[in-house]
Amino acid sequence: MMEILTNLLYTIMDTVWDVLPIAAIIFGFQIFILRKPIPNLKNILVGFLLVLLGLAFFLEGLEAALFPLGKLMASQLTNPEFIAPDSHQILEWWDYYWVYLFAFSIGFATTIAEPSLLAVAIKANQVSAGAIGTWGLRIAVAIGVAIGIALGVYRIITGTPLYWYIITGYIVVLTQTMFAPRMIIALAYDSGGVTTSTVTVPLVAALGLGLASTVPGRNPLLDGFGLIAFASLFPIMSVLGYAQLSAWRNRRIQKLSTQ
Amino acid sequence: MESLRAVLNSLFDSFRDLLPIIVVIGFFQFAVIQQPIPNFGEIAIGILFVVIGLTLFVQGLNMGLFPIGETMAYAFASKGSIFWLLCFAFALGFGTTIAEPALIAVAEEAALVAATGGMIVDNPLSRESYAEGLRYTVAVSVGIAIVIGVFRIVMGWPIQYLIIIGYTGVVIMTAIAPAEIIGIAYDSGGVTTSTITVPLVTALGVGLASSIKGRNPMVDGFGLIAFASLTPMIFVMGYGMLV
Repeated sequence: MMEILTNLLYTIMDTVWDVLPIAAIIFGFQIFILRKPIPNLKNILVGFLLVLLGLAFFLEGLEAALFPLGKLMASQLTNPEFIAPDSHQILEWWDYYWVYLFAFSIGFATTIAEPSLLAVAIKANQVSAGAIGTWGLRIAVAIGVAIGIALGVYRIITGTPLYWYIITGYIVVLTQTMFAPRMIIALAYDSGGVTTSTVTVPLVAALGLGLASTVPGRNPLLDGFGLIAFASLFPIMSVLGYAQLSAWRNRRIQKLSTQ
Repeated sequence: MESLRAVLNSLFDSFRDLLPIIVVIGFFQFAVIQQPIPNFGEIAIGILFVVIGLTLFVQGLNMGLFPIGETMAYAFASKGSIFWLLCFAFALGFGTTIAEPALIAVAEEAALVAATGGMIVDNPLSRESYAEGLRYTVAVSVGIAIVIGVFRIVMGWPIQYLIIIGYTGVVIMTAIAPAEIIGIAYDSGGVTTSTITVPLVTALGVGLASSIKGRNPMVDGFGLIAFASLTPMIFVMGYGMLV
């Protein structure tokens, strides 16, 4: 208990250190360039303080509870003794089914808890006057991350080149963009970047590293990378797809009601 | 009484956000790996911390980060100086990225890869300078990304044209950059945008799009993060070629 509290104190100090440059830029521009008093300054400062404290608690809690367990799990699941306990056969890619399931579900679960995605979802909900639900967007993004990480795991196991997948992904994204409703496009592109931060990156990196160091023929330094790239590309597709699906459904309902 | 209920409600919301992770880890621990949970008490406290933290964060978001981002967007729009707006955009992108802990970790790993691959001399000093160069490269690229993104909002250009140019840039760089750097470069796009930057930048974009005549906050306001995760890929591959 004592240890958690001292760690929390350190994390708060780290977070303050991270926020200092941002605060300096904001207040510097406000005072020297814009030269206008900030309305509700007291509220904003309290808000900053809450964000700081919140992030510190959040990170420390993850560090104490979920990261050690999740990282241990990633290394146990990728261990060859777990995957094929009683034989010396050469492992095929489908022998790793528990790893795929873990990659999929941990990708989904960590994305739902990702604070940056929550922030963007809240904003999108406000701006669209409720048309884009916070849960709808977050679930669409989470499914994208889940598929992306599962496919990224498949890539590490098979050892196929990363850029094949990424370039194919780009082509799919651009094709979808031509047909998607205009108002979702920018938000969809944004949701690729926000998915991978505090919660997802450490767990996914542990999974990638575990796989790249146990699958024969893989080099952890070279093949361990790339999962984050998958996790930032696939949500774009799933959000665009989600918007296309709802647009198509609306058109169908309208068609049925006019008939 | 009313405020107590509001606090309990938001605590419950945060717990619900966390529930999927608890279920996934619990399921794999009991059903697949079949091991008991070690030091249960500590984990319970940790989960409590995460729930409290997420609740405070969301509260602070609505009180501090969103309003300041929007206030500044309005102030810049009414001041009418695009030069200072772009300066602010660059400073925000550069300043929030250079200190980003996830980026520091990735840069160190990248230096290790470069040293093992024989791209740089393998000693602590050259690794450190490689990692630092990489960090500055990424920070500058995020600064440029926010500048381009803000300029796009002001001009009202459709985002997909710029994204196509960016994707083409990534593809071309992939073809000519050393193979060792590609994985790191692709990943660096994802780690640059921190939890504090995202709400600020989003509020800035939406605020700008709603204060400039003829812009729609939904169509034009988003997209800054998209640029911030695209340019680092191009710049990191460029860095890999030059160093």
